[in-house]
Formats: sequence, structure tokens, C-alpha cells
Amino acid sequence: MSDHDYRPKSKVGQWFNDRLPLLTLANHLTDYPTPKNLNYWWTFGGILTFCLITQIVTGLTLAMHYIAHADMAFESVEHIMRDVNYGWLIRYIHANGASMFFLAVYIHIFRSLFYGSYKAPREIIWIIGIIIYLLMMAAAFMGYVLPWGQMSFWGATVITNLFSAIPLVGEGIVTWLWGGYSVDNPTLTRFFTLHYLIPFLILGLVVLHIWALHVPGNNNPVGIDIKKPSKDTVPFHPYIVIKDGFALLMFMIVFAFFVFYAPNILGHADNYIEANPMVTPAHIVPEWYLLPFYAILRSVPDKLLGVVAMLSAILILAVLPWLDTSKIRSAVFRPLYKQFYWILVADVLILGYVGAMPAEGLYLLIARVATAYYFLHFLVILPVLGFKEKTLPVPLSITEPVLGGSPNLAAARNKESKIE
Amino acid sequence: MKNLFKLFSIIILIITPNSNSFAAEKVEYLKTDWSFKGLFGKFDRASLQRGYQVYTEVCASCHSMKYLSYRNLAEPGGPEFSEAQAKAIAASFEVTDGPNSDGEMFTRPGKLSDKFVMPYDNVKAAQAANGGAYPPDMSVLVKARGGGVDYIYSLLQGYEEAPNNVSLDDGVYYNKYMYGNKIRMAAPLSDGLVEYGDGTNATVEQMSKDVTTFLMWSAEPHLESRHQMGFKAIVYLIILTVLVYFSMKRIWSRVESEV
Repeated sequence: MSDHDYRPKSKVGQWFNDRLPLLTLANHLTDYPTPKNLNYWWTFGGILTFCLITQIVTGLTLAMHYIAHADMAFESVEHIMRDVNYGWLIRYIHANGASMFFLAVYIHIFRSLFYGSYKAPREIIWIIGIIIYLLMMAAAFMGYVLPWGQMSFWGATVITNLFSAIPLVGEGIVTWLWGGYSVDNPTLTRFFTLHYLIPFLILGLVVLHIWALHVPGNNNPVGIDIKKPSKDTVPFHPYIVIKDGFALLMFMIVFAFFVFYAPNILGHADNYIEANPMVTPAHIVPEWYLLPFYAILRSVPDKLLGVVAMLSAILILAVLPWLDTSKIRSAVFRPLYKQFYWILVADVLILGYVGAMPAEGLYLLIARVATAYYFLHFLVILPVLGFKEKTLPVPLSITEPVLGGSPNLAAARNKESKIE
Repeated sequence: MKNLFKLFSIIILIITPNSNSFAAEKVEYLKTDWSFKGLFGKFDRASLQRGYQVYTEVCASCHSMKYLSYRNLAEPGGPEFSEAQAKAIAASFEVTDGPNSDGEMFTRPGKLSDKFVMPYDNVKAAQAANGGAYPPDMSVLVKARGGGVDYIYSLLQGYEEAPNNVSLDDGVYYNKYMYGNKIRMAAPLSDGLVEYGDGTNATVEQMSKDVTTFLMWSAEPHLESRHQMGFKAIVYLIILTVLVYFSMKRIWSRVESEV
């Protein structure tokens, strides 16, 4: 961070910058030295920023036409779909945008897990990221309630009821959350208010997330500390900007496919039935991105412990930098961790699958095993692995193979390129 | 580039199983060619008009369609009745309006701006007239059922004699595509039930297809413009992506690192 000696060229620029150093900031952002070996998994940070802004812009537009009232919400959504100019487009972008946002955030998180980006000195970036993720889940859940369809209503009922598991004060908290004795109009209006607020909290946290990132700089696929700026880095602009832009465009093609050709495939048909407190749907399922946690919740027979397990599954990530005892960041040089990493990926996908299925018979059994493994991975495997694992030799810089082309390094390089 | 393909195939892999994950109790639905599917899918105008006829002569006696207005019938991308035809359709319904300057409610012929007139005043009235079962509003019915158009199309043709081991109460019918096989709606269609103006033979299969097409339009009135815009948007994105790819290659050629 030695870019404070920047001076704008023009007199006006200098005058302004002496009073508010925005130009210094802009200069820092464009010159920001970035490891030049970042692969495409690193482009999801930029993609996520795009997702957030898309959600805010489309959300603002929807809020101009939406009516947060239990008797009118469903109808106002149909009004948006039918009568508002391009309302269908805005709503489908917003609804599918939530899924795209989560898709990108899961890739972003799992990239971090693979390359050890959460390790020192990047713990704060990671923890802020987990808070953003939690807020995203809250925003997505409340957003799903707003159309006031059957899944909205019953999803809200199931999730808010989780708080009743808290001993002594649980029932009181649920009534307080609902603003009454069941999910109803007061619940809808407060969810709308919070759904409007949370994205701006996320936006603020994203600024902190990026600020915290710019202190140590990016991790990279090799996972080693690099000198900045050096032969190992390129300036953010134009190198990373154009690469992120390219990846973003690829992402937008997938996004556009969903919006224009399969806009309802990720949603549940029941949400096109207006909320009816007298009729419970056969299966109440959350949106796909919450399914793994839903599976964990249901895999525990006790309600309170189920809620505890579900929350722990997320919060355990916050202490991950201290659970992972290995000094080596990148899985490229950790042959054992790499295998456990892919098992974890499979485990989470399995949890997502059983989360969508009825919690009975074989599905329940699979959910229990997968839940147990999820915690085993973080609480046992990761701490032990750091001491037991024989890691591969790590190069000293990205450009210079200091170990002089040892066979190990060549092997590592080879593996690295496979992963990219 | 190879890596990118891998990346995006993984994305698709993650997404696709989820989309099917709710189809646990799926039965094989009857298949037909829907003109509105696919990248350039459009509605069959004649089928939509016939479908409206089936809706208004058969379904509308019990099922409301409260989010549609008569003007929609003349809008592009729909059945595209002429404005005069749509006005005539609207005028054939009695609409309650008011209060007038005397404070009285009154009825008048429908206008283009009116919503479709509902067969019952409220849900309770609908239930009372149908043995306690509420005939669902049809505006978004296709999107509100897991199987979508195939489900509705099959259901309309799925009435059968109940198997011996199934006993049915009064006013309950057996339908092999209905969830749980028991349905409170009697088979609504029979061959020749409506007389199509264009001479199309009104078989149950034909009417099912027409009315389902109409219901798809009523649920997604902007489907055609969505498909058209989607194609343009994706072509535009692909061209831009290719251009950006080559600029990226050019820029990165200044450093000896791969992108």
C-alpha cells in the first residue's frame, strides 16, 4: 500500500485530491497489484458485485410497483408481470438473479476453501464474507415471502417457527417476529422493510470486504505470499478488469438463458398459488440454495438441536481459519486435503439433494450421514490434517521456480494447471 | 478456454438436478407438440382463439380468470382478436359498476378495460356451488402446477373408470394424472362439446390442446416477446464475449502469463 505518494497531474485535481483523496483511491484501485496467475475461479468476486447491483437496481424498480399487503401482494406481482412495461423482465431478472447470486457465492466460497484464502492474514476478509453470506440468506428468504404465494407463506411459517425451539422465550420471540399470532400482514410488511434494508447492509460490508482484501492483497492459486508489485503481479486495470469482464459476460449468458427461457425452473410451482393459511402444501421446501441447511435441520430428531445444528453448520465457517491448522494455503500442495475437499463438495451436494426430498426412510439416513460428515470435516479432519499431512514443496514465487525445476515442483505445476 | 468450459459445465451440473428434484411422484404425462416451446416458440394464434372459446364456453362456468382483462385478448402476442371482436366479447358480459351519483350499484356491458367477469362472487360462493371444492383461478394455473402444460393437457384427458380397489365418494371422479387420482371436477370435455368456428374437429384431444395453449398464454402473456428478446440478448452477449475474449488475449500477451 505504498501508493499514497500519488499526485494528480492537473492543478484542479491536486486541489480536490488534497481535500478529498478520491483520485488517490481511484489510482489505488486501478494500479492495485494483483497476482498474475489468478484463474477463472477468482473472477466470481467481480461477478458477485454485478449480482448485488443487479438485485438492487431491479429490486428498486419492483418496489415501485409492488404492494406489501397480504390481500394485494400476489395481485400486485401479477400486475407487474402483465401490465408494467417490461415488468416480467425485471421480476424474472430479480427472481433468477437471487439464484445466480447464490450460485456465484457458492463458487466463491468453495474457491476460498480450495486455495486456503481464509488463512492468515485474510481471516477478517473471510469473516466479513460469512456475515455477507448470512445476510444474503436472510434477504433471499424474506424476498421469497413477498410474492405471498403458498411457498412464501408456508416457508415463512416453518422458518419463523424455528425460533420457538429456543427454551422459555421461544414462543414469545415467534409472536414478536410475526407481529401477531400467525404469519400475516404485519409479518409481510416487516419482511418487506427488512428485505429492502439488507442489500444496503450487504453493500456496506462488500466495501469492507474489498477494503480488507486490499490490505494483504489477493491470495493466488499457488497460495504463497508474493512481493507487490513485482514480476508476479499485474495492475488491476486493464488486466484483471478485462478478464473479470470476460468471465462476467460468460456468466451473463447463463443468467440470460434462465431469465428468457427457463424463468420458473428454479422456483416452486406452488408459489403461483396465492397464500392460503387453511391449506398446507404437500411438501414445504425452501429455494435450492438453502436446501443443504434444510437437510441438516431435518436430520436431527430434536427441534432445538436441529436448529442448533443448522446454525452451527454456517457459523462453523467463521472459525475455519483456526480449525484448519495447515500452514500451506493452496490445496495444490496438499494431496490429502485436496481429496477431502472434493468429498466435502460431494457431501454438500448430497445434502442439497436430500434436502429437496421427503425426510423419511433412506433420504433421512443419507441426510444424517452427510450431516455427520459435514461436521467431521471441519471439526476433526481439518485440524488433524494440518499435523499429519505431508505437503508438497511450495515454490517461492509465481514466476521463479526457486527449487530449480525439481520433479515435485513440476508435478505440482502440472496439477495446478489441471485444476485451473 | 478449456477450463472455462469445465467451469460452466460444472455450473450446469449443479443447477440441473435441483430443477428436477421436486418431481418425485411424477407420472408419465401425455406429450404433444407445443408451438410455444423452444428458442423461437410462439403461440399458435388459431389455437389460442379456439382455446379461448373452450375456456369461455366450458371452463368459465366455474373457473375465474381474475388477472386477465378483455383488452388482453386483442394485445399482440395473445389470441390477437381484432379490437372490434374483443369489444364485442367484453360487451357480452354484464359488469357490476358503481356507485353512481345516486349511490346505487348498477350493471353495464363490459368494456375492454374490465377484468374477466368471475363466475362466482367469492370463494365461499364458488365452494357452495361445487360441493365444497373451490375451482382454482385459472390465470396462472399452468405455472402453479408442477407438470405445467403437459399436466393440464393430460389431466383433461385422464378421466377413467376407477380401478376396482378404489372407492369414490359422490361427486369425486377418478383421474390418472391427478395427485392422489381423486378429483372433484367431472370430466369437463367430450367430443363435439364446442363447435369451432374455423371448422376444426372438436375432439377431446384437440380441445385439451387448445385450452391448454390458451392457459399458457394467460399465465405468460409476454412469452413471445420474452423469447424474441432472449434470442437477441444472448446473441448480443455471445458476440460481445468473443470480442472481449480477443481483447483480453491481446492485453495479456504483454505479460508472459496465460489467461
